[in-house]
Amino acid sequence: MLFDQPAAGNPIDNGTVVGRPVLRIDGPLKVSGAARYAFERNDAVTNPAYGFVLGAGVAKGRVRAIDAAATRAAPGVLAVVTTLDHAPLSRADLSAAMLFGGDMIEHYHQAIAVVVAETFEQARAASRLLKVDYEREDGRFVLAAEAGNAKPAPDRENGGPDAPDVDRVGDFEAAFQQAAVTIDSTYTTPHESHAQMEPHATVAAWEGDRLTVWTANQMVNWAIRDLPRALSMGQDKVRVVSPYIGGGFGAKLFIRSDVVLAALAAKAAGRPVKLALQRALIFNNGTHRSATIQRVRLAARADGVLTGISHRGLSGNLPLGGAEMATSQTKILYAAPNREIGMTLAAMDLPESNFMRAPGEAPGLMALEVAMDEMAEKLGMDPVEFRVLNDTRVDPHNPSRPFSERHLVECLRTGAARFGWSARRSRPGERREGRWLVGMGVASGIRNAIAMRSGARVRLEASGGLIVETDMTDIGTGTYTIVAQTAAEMLGLTAAEVEVRLGDSNFPRAAGSGGQWGAANATSGVFAACVALRDAIADRLGFPRDRCEFIGGTVRSGNEVVPLQEAARGGGLTGEDSIEFGDLEKRYQQSTFAAQFAEVGVDAFTGEVRLRRMLCVCDVGRILNPATARSQVIGGMTMGLGAALIEELAVDPRRGFFVNHDMAGYEVPVHADIPHLDVVLLDHPDALASPMKAKGIGELGLCGAAPAIANAVYNATGLRVRDYPITLEKHLHALPALALL
Amino acid sequence: MVNGEGRAFDGDLRTTLLDFLREHLDLTGTKKGCDQGQCGACTVLVNGTRINSCLSLAVMHVGDEVTTIEGIGTAADLHPLQQCFLEHDGFQCGYCTPGQICSALGALDELRRGVPSHVTAELETSVSPTPAEMRERMSGNICRCGAYSNIQDAITQFVGEAR
Amino acid sequence: MKAFTYQRAGTMAEATAALAQVPSAKLIAGGTNLLDLMKLEIEVPSHLVDIRDLDLSRIEETADGGLRIGALVTNTDLAAHGRIKRGYGVISRAIVSGATGQLRNKASTAGNLLQRNRCPYFYDTDQACNKRLPGSGCSALSGVSRGLAVIGTSASCIATYPGDLVVALRLLDASVETVDAAGRTRTLPVADFHRLPGDTPEIETALAPDELITAVLLPPPIGGTQIYRKVRDRASYAFALVSVAAVIQEDGTGRIAFGGVAPKPWRVEKAENALAEGAETVVSIAFAGATPTEQNAFKIPLAARALASVLAEAKGTTDAV
Repeated sequence: MLFDQPAAGNPIDNGTVVGRPVLRIDGPLKVSGAARYAFERNDAVTNPAYGFVLGAGVAKGRVRAIDAAATRAAPGVLAVVTTLDHAPLSRADLSAAMLFGGDMIEHYHQAIAVVVAETFEQARAASRLLKVDYEREDGRFVLAAEAGNAKPAPDRENGGPDAPDVDRVGDFEAAFQQAAVTIDSTYTTPHESHAQMEPHATVAAWEGDRLTVWTANQMVNWAIRDLPRALSMGQDKVRVVSPYIGGGFGAKLFIRSDVVLAALAAKAAGRPVKLALQRALIFNNGTHRSATIQRVRLAARADGVLTGISHRGLSGNLPLGGAEMATSQTKILYAAPNREIGMTLAAMDLPESNFMRAPGEAPGLMALEVAMDEMAEKLGMDPVEFRVLNDTRVDPHNPSRPFSERHLVECLRTGAARFGWSARRSRPGERREGRWLVGMGVASGIRNAIAMRSGARVRLEASGGLIVETDMTDIGTGTYTIVAQTAAEMLGLTAAEVEVRLGDSNFPRAAGSGGQWGAANATSGVFAACVALRDAIADRLGFPRDRCEFIGGTVRSGNEVVPLQEAARGGGLTGEDSIEFGDLEKRYQQSTFAAQFAEVGVDAFTGEVRLRRMLCVCDVGRILNPATARSQVIGGMTMGLGAALIEELAVDPRRGFFVNHDMAGYEVPVHADIPHLDVVLLDHPDALASPMKAKGIGELGLCGAAPAIANAVYNATGLRVRDYPITLEKHLHALPALALL
Repeated sequence: MVNGEGRAFDGDLRTTLLDFLREHLDLTGTKKGCDQGQCGACTVLVNGTRINSCLSLAVMHVGDEVTTIEGIGTAADLHPLQQCFLEHDGFQCGYCTPGQICSALGALDELRRGVPSHVTAELETSVSPTPAEMRERMSGNICRCGAYSNIQDAITQFVGEAR
Repeated sequence: MKAFTYQRAGTMAEATAALAQVPSAKLIAGGTNLLDLMKLEIEVPSHLVDIRDLDLSRIEETADGGLRIGALVTNTDLAAHGRIKRGYGVISRAIVSGATGQLRNKASTAGNLLQRNRCPYFYDTDQACNKRLPGSGCSALSGVSRGLAVIGTSASCIATYPGDLVVALRLLDASVETVDAAGRTRTLPVADFHRLPGDTPEIETALAPDELITAVLLPPPIGGTQIYRKVRDRASYAFALVSVAAVIQEDGTGRIAFGGVAPKPWRVEKAENALAEGAETVVSIAFAGATPTEQNAFKIPLAARALASVLAEAKGTTDAV
């Protein structure tokens, strides 16, 4: 199904099932521990051996030799595969690091060997017996030090292959010189880890020359492209299965060392192998979000109208990797006639940077939205009003291109009223409650809706059951449920009557889970398949295709009412199709919007920051399921708290690795950090985005969350910390003198 | 005893309670998130008390009564707390969820026994399972999906129903 | 984890005999730190002696009006004990500010004394660490040191004693009771239990290889307002950047000990004499001679501010956390 015209009225508009807070259909399995994640597929393979991965102990250099004699002789050991035994594997698309093979060490904890043994305990112990001889090299580990070597990183995702190094409109420098009010601030965001709860894990089994991997992967369609290539196999010889995934946030977008090593290990051992990366490896072996250094300059008239926006940024990656596109959203968030926006990228020797939830926007808004707060203060304007004043209805870099739907102002106004924003003191450091300095902050959030081809197969069984199959994944996003809701709405059933099968490369290719594109595209693909099935049903029943209604388990046409299962009595019927997109995305800027409001307390003695209240108002097109949508948003807000206040992969500048490579050292928010979170979901279906009129919400909750908190901290203390995370030592000196407490 | 059934342990002494449950008994509801006592996904009840099963050897539990998520309720017959998690969407990816549920049951029991927490105002008076108390007591169970706010709502409902 | 043999000891004599006879034997109680280190082969005992069955889980009154806390009393049970809540509130407060409910249910009183440091370089066996591998060097000194010690350190090690309970024990002048393989018992002050690193950071305590901790002894309660203030990045489940254990009497005198700043709980009695002069003076005395790194120098002003917060709370001029 080609989607190239605005969606007309369709059965989804009925809202009988779609748009309702249907409880997760996979929920009973998850709350009872019965859902089997990758490492737990004891049901799929018999007598698996255990793999244990050894990571490199140096950040850069070469492996001269690996002595595996003691390992091979250790109890229970079945096989050892070292990086020197194997040619370098080809890199996956969009991936910077080489996962295994050869003698080059590109980053710390790069996988250099896998040990296979009868038991996990044996494999782990034997891996310690490997003796590795390294040749160490110096590397580039500090982003700021590499600024001079950075290269432009054009925004090809939005600007196409010919995207300029810097997106310019008008003459920013002149506007900045002439402006009544300016700000010029530099912000730094640290390296961050996805730190998903389920480690990267795979069970691999060979049958002759055919390989099946049960793995934790967000993008089955990418894995089935990249894994056969890495292993020099035909795609038809590989099957990727990933029905339950214990969190991803981008960490599991690509095939990683677990899946290739499990496959190689299983081949070497002649047995199925199960393997999970130990937690200590995940931070340096896996991917992370790059640190950024961002300079934002704003120019405004005295009345608050922005006349110029400059947002320039720097991030780092391995030489073949991409940038953290922290400036892209600035092209479309606010109006201003003069603009210059662009990223640069420095080649470094830290572990691979790659997509993490809201790539670009998350750190980019941590700079831009604090700059907006700074400017509002300098103008003497309310930060909400300042944002409203500078809203735009069109793409400021291409004014003939309107937004499909944009309700940021409504988000801001709704949020301000609900949050009690008017109680905020405009002068910082003025509200004190007991030991707490209290502040409120606001920030806008924006994240684009990305259209991706997505397919599904829907089968009405002779028994009357309805089964949806697609290689789409559910990483906690609620895919199972919204897919069931979509099919149920289309066929006149309840969600409970639909069986959803996900995450298997034997199923039709879907969009996968990433970039908050999963929900809208995958359900649109299911929509397309359901249209095909509806047609097949109509044909079978002899009803005109365009005059059929599917209601309450029946098919109706005119005065005729036939039970749905009647249609399949003569044999099951299948509808299979994909949603494909025309150029609506090019003609209209399609984005989702949020207004984030936070209230924090800062301990006047110690500078500890604690979140007291938080609200996010979202404009994301149609809400497919308000319960799972809310969950996505609170998850983003929680991660935003981490980004604002806690999370930082600490770089050892000499040794070139993330030192805090465990979950005690890399702190993420815990229960005690998070009060009740408030979410408002506006209802503005977007007929230009998809037949579902939905756009996606999985990443929006993170966008603007951290800067809202940062702005609240400033409002509490009066000291602007531009170096994230805002840990207490950064504002300790600016807290009230002890004599005053 | 695991979930009321006698289970013999005669494996490698190095086997943690967690790996014994998952790899030997195929009770995979108990999760391995970090294997270092830093995430709480492996939380089970031993003699009614919540512990991290990753930081305990199986051999050290000979004679103990271990309860895992599988012993609390099944998909077809959910425990009331599991039902509250379901109704409040108190999970996303589901990986930390069994640990959260075991931990909440253990935490409520500790509270009944008068165990104070970091946020308990008065050490010597009885403590109620307020949201603030439960947030602090649940802090050993990390949820990277960030379902905390909904988990607290689930626990609050469960506590209310249990009264 | 290297293979080991295992024994469940029925008596203290059996346990200490095993320690004396089997080289690199280790006692295991809660195991929450030992097993973590064994997985990384930082601890490589050849033999584990499980002491859970020993009769060391009681809290009893002593003849002088104090308490004898059995070595195996869990953190949870200790924090919840009526006598502790009543007379030694700072102990309850310290315990519940540390770790998590799950860990406190397993962690024992003696194990807390023996908890090893949390320096990230100690845990990363690919990195130099004098504590783990004597003579290999200290990576932390030129690496990431924000959470590490500012005083009591040496050129060989800047690791921090990470616990909370023992800071309170130090404050209360508790002592440690032990027995060795020969059946000899001794009692040593908590103050003398941990050693500063000096040139031998691998030696962390005064315990002999065949010695078993049987109890912690508390002197009679000293009254006062008892506070444990832990400053950390996230609100729970985090090691202290700085912690302050305090008992403040109505006349303004009192005792102060700091955690998160030194290789052992840090108490300088003569600093306590300056309490009337305020937190900054106390800290300037207590931290005289500190050698922080650039990354952790903030801990000293933070200690002063945390102490000021404690003093204000004791006076009732500000609310508790």
